[in-house]
Amino acid sequence: MTTHETAGHTTTTGLDNRKVMMWAFIGSDCLFFASLVSTYLLYRGKSVVGPYPYEVFNIPYTSVSAFVLLMSSLTMVLALSAIQRGDHTRLRIWLLATSILGCIFLGGQYFEFTVFVEQGVTLQGNLFGSSFFTLTSFHGLHVTFGVVILMSFFIMSLRGRLSQEQSLNIELAGLYWHFVDIVWIVIFTVVYLIEAPNIVH
Amino acid sequence: MATEHHNTEHPSSLKYVVIALILSVVTAIEVAVVYIEALSALLLPILLILSVGKFIVVVGYYMHLKFDNKLFTILFGSGLILAIYVLCALMLLFGVFI
Repeated sequence: MTTHETAGHTTTTGLDNRKVMMWAFIGSDCLFFASLVSTYLLYRGKSVVGPYPYEVFNIPYTSVSAFVLLMSSLTMVLALSAIQRGDHTRLRIWLLATSILGCIFLGGQYFEFTVFVEQGVTLQGNLFGSSFFTLTSFHGLHVTFGVVILMSFFIMSLRGRLSQEQSLNIELAGLYWHFVDIVWIVIFTVVYLIEAPNIVH
Repeated sequence: MATEHHNTEHPSSLKYVVIALILSVVTAIEVAVVYIEALSALLLPILLILSVGKFIVVVGYYMHLKFDNKLFTILFGSGLILAIYVLCALMLLFGVFI
């Protein structure tokens, strides 16, 4: 694929239409997650049978997951900075690092889900289980999709099919990745930390 | 300064690392405050302020919204405002805020 083939059409705004589309998508995805967060908050404390959040949440463990995803945003922005400088070695390092951090987060989420299910929290068990798994699973799916995109760009770069002129592709992937991070910033606060006083005190 | 894109000023790699350190410290503070019983009455506003701060920093600096075309801010902001409105409307409708 040549640079010309990947270039977006010029718009009346003078902006690349792919970037406009990505920001419009991110704006619309805010609504998607807002509906899931709203559902979780509306059902919060309304479960008539356990297990309840304060019985299963592990705040230190989730804090490490939040930190991992936060650091992946740093490696992602460094990958973009690298390709914009034409530094393909660092681009590959940072893309791989971001993918690995994303996989660590997903592995952590899988482990957390496994522990929760062992403790009796299931999708059908109570309102907490239903709303919690729906919200966090959709976030996990977004992270999984992001890892696939980043690994695809990593392989394209290894094959020499990602030039400096195509840095917008990495920028768009980065926008998506950072969005996944900011969604977790919200989930970490409104799902986990708000419940924390019931656990620690 | 790093290479510019779309004629906008992007922060340097060092600045990105400093931002990551700030975000890490804020996350550590968020976790720490939930363990301080004396702050339990103020926990919700403290957590909201800290997470909104992190949100703004990531969107502004890592997503470059601070340096990019205002149309992107409008596209993202309109979705975000609508999302917050929907959330608040549902909370009020079901009496969570009352």
